[in-house]
Amino acid sequence: MFVYADNAATTALSPTALRTMDAALQDVYGNPSSLHRMGRVASAALKGARETMAKYLGAKPEEIYFTGCGTEADNWALRFAAHAGAKAGKRHLISSAIEHHAVLHTLSALEKEGFEVTLLPVYGNGIVRLEDLEAAIRPDTALVSIMYANNEIGTIQPVAEIGKLCRERGVLFHTDAVQAAGHLPINVVEQNIDMLSISGHKFHAPKGVGLLYCRKGIRLTPLIYGGAQERGKRAGTEALPSIMAMAAAFAESCENMKSSAEQVGRLRDKLIDGLEKIPFSRLTGDREKRLPGIVSFCFEGIEGESLLLRLDMAGICASSGSACTSGSLDPSHVLLALGLPHEIAHGSLRLSLCEYNTEEEVDYILEQVPQVVRTLREMSPVWGHMMEKYPNPYADCPAAGND
Amino acid sequence: MAMDYSEKVMEHFAHPHNVGVIEDADGVGEVGNAKCGDIMKMYLKIRDGVIEDVKFQTFGCASAIATSSMATDLIKGKPVEDALKLTNQAVVEALDGLPAVKVHCSVLAEQAIKAALADYYKRQGIENEELNACLACGAEHDHGAEDEA
Repeated sequence: MFVYADNAATTALSPTALRTMDAALQDVYGNPSSLHRMGRVASAALKGARETMAKYLGAKPEEIYFTGCGTEADNWALRFAAHAGAKAGKRHLISSAIEHHAVLHTLSALEKEGFEVTLLPVYGNGIVRLEDLEAAIRPDTALVSIMYANNEIGTIQPVAEIGKLCRERGVLFHTDAVQAAGHLPINVVEQNIDMLSISGHKFHAPKGVGLLYCRKGIRLTPLIYGGAQERGKRAGTEALPSIMAMAAAFAESCENMKSSAEQVGRLRDKLIDGLEKIPFSRLTGDREKRLPGIVSFCFEGIEGESLLLRLDMAGICASSGSACTSGSLDPSHVLLALGLPHEIAHGSLRLSLCEYNTEEEVDYILEQVPQVVRTLREMSPVWGHMMEKYPNPYADCPAAGND
Repeated sequence: MAMDYSEKVMEHFAHPHNVGVIEDADGVGEVGNAKCGDIMKMYLKIRDGVIEDVKFQTFGCASAIATSSMATDLIKGKPVEDALKLTNQAVVEALDGLPAVKVHCSVLAEQAIKAALADYYKRQGIENEELNACLACGAEHDHGAEDEA
């Protein structure tokens, strides 16, 4: 059996997105900046895509700026807000310890430019606390950037409350909604969001397209200079087929959000319930406040890369936050921010589902993961020490009993 | 990050040789630590100066498991003197190479064997200064494979 359970990394193109893109690649090849008829066709298509994205975000079309990816949108929002703040003598930035590297590494670069960064802690459940944010905001705070939902552990941050607090305190609020878009409701007005980043390929649109929403009234300056595209704020000929496919995929995801969340959430819960039966396993991140599709676990006594490759051999595509899979010496900063020790964080597994996954696939995962975990543990010297303390840990786990 | 493992590495990872414990081992060595994500433990059964049997237990990534498997293969049935000369580079070569960031796994495998041999000598009441010096230099130690991987 083949199971793709790495939808938080990227998703397959939806039939709707594929059809839209295919047609656009063939027929809408004009440059939206051209005055002739092909240019006008392209320009109209771009306008339509912008209106669609705006509609489902609760924004105005002129507040949408298409980008090359979510990372670009994050870089843009942070660099713009920091530099705009600096002009007013504000050189303090607030974010969280579990942000995506697109945010964290941009913040590190800004730190080198002389900005001061406060990263809010997340505690064991992977969620920031409003009182911490309240205490961290200073008169010289230029920006608060907190992700809507985490990509590794799926935890959902209280963005509406954060937005409200920032608005009251007169601080700009940006949210990296890359993992949330298409899966959780977004209304930039109701949630008091000033800036928001989205990436298409997390909701069945193609790779290489994203957007930045920036509230009207904020005088956004460009990150990329050149032509007059995107109202002079983001130069470069628009990737129209990708933009159109993103709009089509986003509309579809938002229209089906409720039913997808129920369907995927049920599969997620079945997976969590099943994997929790494995001895010395733990769910990472809050159980309730999490994305419908994300299941994240740590299994003691084993290492994540081995787990992933063994699962891959069994036909299951998943991911891990272990050091060996990240190419660095440390396991994922998100797992460490939860307070997990290195030795446990090394044994992490993320299974991320979407509406294309089936119950049969979940059953297959539940059959394979306990076996692979057990095989690797039996190979591990750490497991021997654990067994000395807790003999027969598999007594209550019949699923893992058959080799 | 996607790893470029050779077929040989994947073969030894999927079906590792010599996994397990030797209860009445003549030498046992353990190197690495869980914090770094790699631990290797080697067990040796030695008779008349020959490594009659060898088993390993490894906590770690695919290359940690594959290098343990290959290193134990390379010394099984060999005289102790040969095992002492095993280098991490020989393990890397036998596996048709390792990604550069994974070469340290082969160093760990070499060290685990040396640690087990040191334990064997200690139990025999023999001081092997060369071996002790080799182990004392820690995880930084390798025999030049890093540059060639």
